[in-house]
Amino acid sequence: MSVRNIALGILFLALASLPYWMDGIFYINVSSQILFYAIFALGLNVLVGYAGLVSLGHAGLFGVASYATGFLLAEGFGHTEAILVALVIGVASTAVFAALSLRTTGIGFIMITLALGQILWGLAYRWISLTGGDNGINLHGRPAPFGISLQSPTAFYYATFVVFVVSVVAVAIFVRSPFGAALMGTRDQPRRMNALGYHVWMIRFIACLLSGLLTCVAGILFVYYTQFISPQALALTSSAEVLLMVISGGPATLLGPIVGAVLVVVVKNVVSGFLERWNLLLGAIFVAIVILMPEGLVPGTARLWRAAWQRMRRRADAAGTPGDAEPKP
Amino acid sequence: MTALAVTRLCKAFGGLRVTTDVNLNVEPGERRLIIGPNGAGKTTLFNLITGELTPDSGSIELFGQDITRVPSRRRPHLGMARTYQIITLFARDTILRNVTLALLGLSKVRWNPIAVLDRQHGLVDRAHEALQRVGLGHIADRPLSQTSYGERRRVEIAMALAQNPKVLLLDEPFAGLSIDERQDVQKLLRAIPRDVTIVMIEHNMDVALDFAERITLLHFGEVVVEGTRAEVVDDPRTREVYLGH
Repeated sequence: MSVRNIALGILFLALASLPYWMDGIFYINVSSQILFYAIFALGLNVLVGYAGLVSLGHAGLFGVASYATGFLLAEGFGHTEAILVALVIGVASTAVFAALSLRTTGIGFIMITLALGQILWGLAYRWISLTGGDNGINLHGRPAPFGISLQSPTAFYYATFVVFVVSVVAVAIFVRSPFGAALMGTRDQPRRMNALGYHVWMIRFIACLLSGLLTCVAGILFVYYTQFISPQALALTSSAEVLLMVISGGPATLLGPIVGAVLVVVVKNVVSGFLERWNLLLGAIFVAIVILMPEGLVPGTARLWRAAWQRMRRRADAAGTPGDAEPKP
Repeated sequence: MTALAVTRLCKAFGGLRVTTDVNLNVEPGERRLIIGPNGAGKTTLFNLITGELTPDSGSIELFGQDITRVPSRRRPHLGMARTYQIITLFARDTILRNVTLALLGLSKVRWNPIAVLDRQHGLVDRAHEALQRVGLGHIADRPLSQTSYGERRRVEIAMALAQNPKVLLLDEPFAGLSIDERQDVQKLLRAIPRDVTIVMIEHNMDVALDFAERITLLHFGEVVVEGTRAEVVDDPRTREVYLGH
């Protein structure tokens, strides 16, 4: 059993039992937020980490799914229909996003996704008949799958937890799959991948769709969580925040985006209660991560852990069998 | 039937004509060497043949099939493989994964998002075989970042060979190798069966001349001399353009 699997097991048990040891509705709600932001970050990580395509427009897609859900519910649709149609609209928007932005990579890709995200943000503000403009859309009630109402924070937490586990497992399977390997190949050597017979554009396009799907799932959880959606959710700062989750936690790792989501959500919601300048703290933490662990918290910690482990073993070897020890140069 | 037929191929970058009316006919099983001074357009010719560059005019046929308009990503599926002059490998992965990716590229499994790649025994076993062929079987699981330059050259060749190509394009396979490594690669290339047609760009005349049956000399994007090894080496234009006096 690897250290990673042990960490995942402990994480699973801790999250599954969270409402029993976590005191207070506030913290349970913060945990729900962490989970759906983690799904969002996992989705973005498919692009940033595994495809090597940095998107600054993902909050737009997140918002499309949120608004679609809110709008359909306000129009009188049921929860199931609203959620399914919102997913379809969200993924379809992702397809348009991808078709436009995949004409380039690198900086070009970032700029096009940024522009598309801003267009959606602008639409949310200005298309008042559809979005309610500044006032946003209010939701009335959460769904009750299998007759279990999700109104209480604990029930909603568990629903989010289930979706979160499914998302993590899906990404874990994807990463080990032939298609996942092909995607990482297009990140590292697109030219070679093309020469080996891969359809690089199509691989990236499908990765965008997967990323968009997870983003929309997170968006729907978000709109049910807050029961309100306004243009703020589509702002550039939201895209940047999720990107920072991925980068600070460690792109192209499974745990990284989750750790990043914990970091950002906790500082934003919990630390902000004690510290007025929590933004400054978040910035300082990011600077520290960039200096100390440029590869991200998860790979960085793993590196330090391995180094410490080796040091310990060497010391144990030296102390245990002095006769056999290699002569020091 | 000709294995690879290039007819009146032209390519210009702006005003710079890098390939001018190039004709090249390579018979099945042939070992063809392409030589020429730096900037003669040898690698450009390879990029045109593999489709990474689109020619301005002219045609390319692979075993009688016109592939001029076939996208480059389809050409490996038709039996064309290449290696790069500048090593182009997946540095984060193991040697085995590099070769597995080469095999996966021609397999339908490459679109599968659910299966576990490491358990695709058909692919992994064939990748091991390809590595045995180039003498890297014993270090298959080593990360590419921990291999020597010579080993990487052989990984490049293993990836191309793993795809079981009908036409193999080798772009300076001996570049940067030590004398010992050169001999290893030379042995390796000699062992490639005759059902593989090989076109090779190489500067190192000792190893290249030994390998080639026919030679094409390019200069400023044009074919200057073409013929058997002896004909080209003895041609005065070869001495003038390439070998020196």
